[in-house]
Amino acid sequence: MRYLPHTREEITEMLAVVGKDSLEGLFDAIPLECRFAGEIPIPPALTEWQLGDQMREIAASMAVGPDHTVLVGAGRYHHHIPETIHALINRSEFLTAYTPYQPEMAQGTLQGIFEYQTLTARLLGMDVANASLYDGGSALAEALLMGLRVVKKSRRVAVSAAVHPHYRAVARTYLQSTGFELVELPYGPDGRTDVSSLQNMTELAAVAVQSPNFFGVVEDLEAAGTAIHAAGALFVSCFTEPLAFGLLKNPGQCGADIVCGEGQSLGMAPSFGGAALGMFACREEFVRNMPGRLVGETVDLEGRRGFVLTLSTREQHIRREKATSNICSNQGICAMIAGMYMASLGGSGIRELARLNYDKAQYLRAELEKAGATLVFQGPTFNEFVVRFDRDFAPIRQRLKEQKIVAGIDLGRYYSELSGCYLFCVTETISRQTLDRVVREVSL
Amino acid sequence: MKSGPGTSGLILNEPLLWEKGKKGRRGMSIPTSDVPEAVLDAGLTGAGPDFPDLSEIDIVRHYTRLSQWNFGVDTGMYPLGSCTMKYNPKINDKLAATPEIASAHPMLDDGSVQGTLQIMYELQKYLAAITGMDAVSLQPSAGAQGELAGMLVFAAYHRSRGSVRTKILIPDTAHGTNPASAALCGFRPVALKANAQGVLDVQAVADLMDDETAGIMLTNPNTLGIFETNIRQIADIVHAKGGLVYGDGANMNAIMGIVDIKKCGVDVMHLNLHKTFSTPHGGGGPGAGPVCVVRELERFLPVPRAVKDSEGYRLEFDRPESIGRVHGFHGNFSVLVRAWSYIRSMGPDNLKKASQLAVLNANYIKERLKKDLHLPYDRPCMHECVFSDLFQHENGVKTLDMAKRLIDHGYHPPTIYFPLVVPGAIMIEPTETECKEDIDLFIEVVQQVVAEAREKPELLLQAPVRTKLRRLDETQAARHPCLRG
Repeated sequence: MRYLPHTREEITEMLAVVGKDSLEGLFDAIPLECRFAGEIPIPPALTEWQLGDQMREIAASMAVGPDHTVLVGAGRYHHHIPETIHALINRSEFLTAYTPYQPEMAQGTLQGIFEYQTLTARLLGMDVANASLYDGGSALAEALLMGLRVVKKSRRVAVSAAVHPHYRAVARTYLQSTGFELVELPYGPDGRTDVSSLQNMTELAAVAVQSPNFFGVVEDLEAAGTAIHAAGALFVSCFTEPLAFGLLKNPGQCGADIVCGEGQSLGMAPSFGGAALGMFACREEFVRNMPGRLVGETVDLEGRRGFVLTLSTREQHIRREKATSNICSNQGICAMIAGMYMASLGGSGIRELARLNYDKAQYLRAELEKAGATLVFQGPTFNEFVVRFDRDFAPIRQRLKEQKIVAGIDLGRYYSELSGCYLFCVTETISRQTLDRVVREVSL
Repeated sequence: MKSGPGTSGLILNEPLLWEKGKKGRRGMSIPTSDVPEAVLDAGLTGAGPDFPDLSEIDIVRHYTRLSQWNFGVDTGMYPLGSCTMKYNPKINDKLAATPEIASAHPMLDDGSVQGTLQIMYELQKYLAAITGMDAVSLQPSAGAQGELAGMLVFAAYHRSRGSVRTKILIPDTAHGTNPASAALCGFRPVALKANAQGVLDVQAVADLMDDETAGIMLTNPNTLGIFETNIRQIADIVHAKGGLVYGDGANMNAIMGIVDIKKCGVDVMHLNLHKTFSTPHGGGGPGAGPVCVVRELERFLPVPRAVKDSEGYRLEFDRPESIGRVHGFHGNFSVLVRAWSYIRSMGPDNLKKASQLAVLNANYIKERLKKDLHLPYDRPCMHECVFSDLFQHENGVKTLDMAKRLIDHGYHPPTIYFPLVVPGAIMIEPTETECKEDIDLFIEVVQQVVAEAREKPELLLQAPVRTKLRRLDETQAARHPCLRG
């Protein structure tokens, strides 16, 4: 096997030094009742070439492939990824390194993550961003737990029903054995979160609102923030599509205390939902309650600028059960990719790209309305929106699929009251020609 | 005496991203618009972020230079204990980037994504086969999240039996994530001490285990690199009191095809695919921490999981007792593909051989270095061995200094100051992918560092001197945090 370099002679020599007769002898201490019986029941080894054939078969079984146009976002977005990112991220000095515990031989990772933290903080309009968490879902859960640490003695958190249903599910999982209560805020007819019920809630530590939300609707974050702060809670602003902040007001500007979400849009492929990137930022005053790793600037013995992991007294390897989180890693390479992508776009590029997403989605939205579809929510949208059709959309969707277009997803599975309502997403990767084809099928 | 691979070369300086560039430059192409400009509500729009504008070559040089300041497994030996820094096969990366896989959208119906579901289904099966456990969830994104999922399964199990349990037994050798994960589930950690042989005593567990204790969380082989030989009796005691046994699978690389986890009495275990199953660590992630359970606990696993029936593969959601989701989608899927690829490349014989050679390499290093470095537990080890700096104290040299000097010689240092039960610990895990001559050279270099500690300790105290930067001031970083530019 090409990954196992030992020759038979070397094994014999090494066993002699160790004082054993055989490789099996190395495991003499393991009690018989714990031993594995027989061979591991998995298929035999494949050569690199056989494995390639196997993957080609699997790839061929994907009914929706790269030649399809997928008008679906819902937390995972198709954006163009520049070739530079593939080339740079596959540099194995980045890819095959461990966590930068020895900063003198990990300055590449450390500076790269410091830059990611900086660009993230600027994008979200926040003071501090961490080195990343697992994904948008767990970032929301960690934000709520952080709120409960900051606003002591409060036992309750609230999350908008227009937050991604999977993120809400993760938050419920994280909170299920803590004794804290999680309540949901309804959405109104415009698709925006109805924060009016906050007035009657007590002991609230944090309230989370997503913008653009799961329906693609841009929330009135400033108004939500005012209501949340009036209820004595921290304002958690969540997102699944960070590109939106190239165009829209950022959460910091709208008064958010903690911002969390998914960063896949920033240079990562959909890849069936992972690897993901949990982005997380907060206001300066809360930094010592923040979960996750942080990279900070410092100097070396000769006074030269360098970077290290810092404020680790918050973390599990020092504080153990009193840590701010059990997390002991970050999504290193994904954060590096996001940094590369944000730098590749630049300030003027992200604005142009966000605008293009907005314009294209608005185009399809308007054309579908002209073709007889009804906009389910009247609130403003970014690159996603929800429509309903005056007849059964399933056969139309099937016809489009035969033309290699996946036209939205039915929301009935996530909101029973929205059965037959379709969530569409349009990014810069979709041409007007394709959008026109969708409209034509709907009009037929 | 031979010298290690360490030398110095031409390393280039590189400023921070925002210290370069000019407004108006562009690092990637953006399509021209083919639709009319839509009306925009000025009340919703902001100024956009203050990002630097850079050209493509600015980006490429920037990150290429940064990469040259880093050290990875592909650069050289990385004997970082408890991290299993084995070689990360290139074919795994290639397969994870297969266009059909990389473009797969997780919100589509099962019929559209049979291939990705097949990979999940097969990997679930393989991981069950390798551990001896019955059912697997691939959702946890890392070992610590696998622990959290496992502890939530503990809590759900006890709740389902109407049993209130507030404590959990955790050995003092455990990784800090263990108590942190347990605490998130409402369990108060109770520390268990290892005995003079570095393993847990049956009696110590019997004394502490009661019907308010949810169970025990242990790592086997433990963080001293020693197999917990009493595990079966310990599990029997815990089970007799109605508790469950959690096995932290961080050290699975020592025992594939050799130990059957279920036969040890373990009820829940997580695996670190970025350790045992060769997926790259990525400078901190993404990893993957699948959680494996015995049949009685399957109903509590996160949803959804991939199943197969006469019509093909599908995602199964209908598990009313499930702890729910721990991830927005299916975990770090591109990491799962790499682990699948590794297992298919290795097959049963090579996985077992990998564990045998990992253990051989560690024992070989232990035997050859135990005269040079203090070995607190002198007994056969598994895939890693733990030394300390006790012999070097008389030279005024500490573990940290030896670690930094190893950098000058061209090695990533071992894990240091962990486990906490060994003061000044030096934890070496060579992994199976290092060959004998490279290990021999590493041993000679460690011996050279030990000689330097005796003869020229200044060399160690000043180290590293061959890196781009010298020792960094971590105290200043923490006292005056500068977390962004």
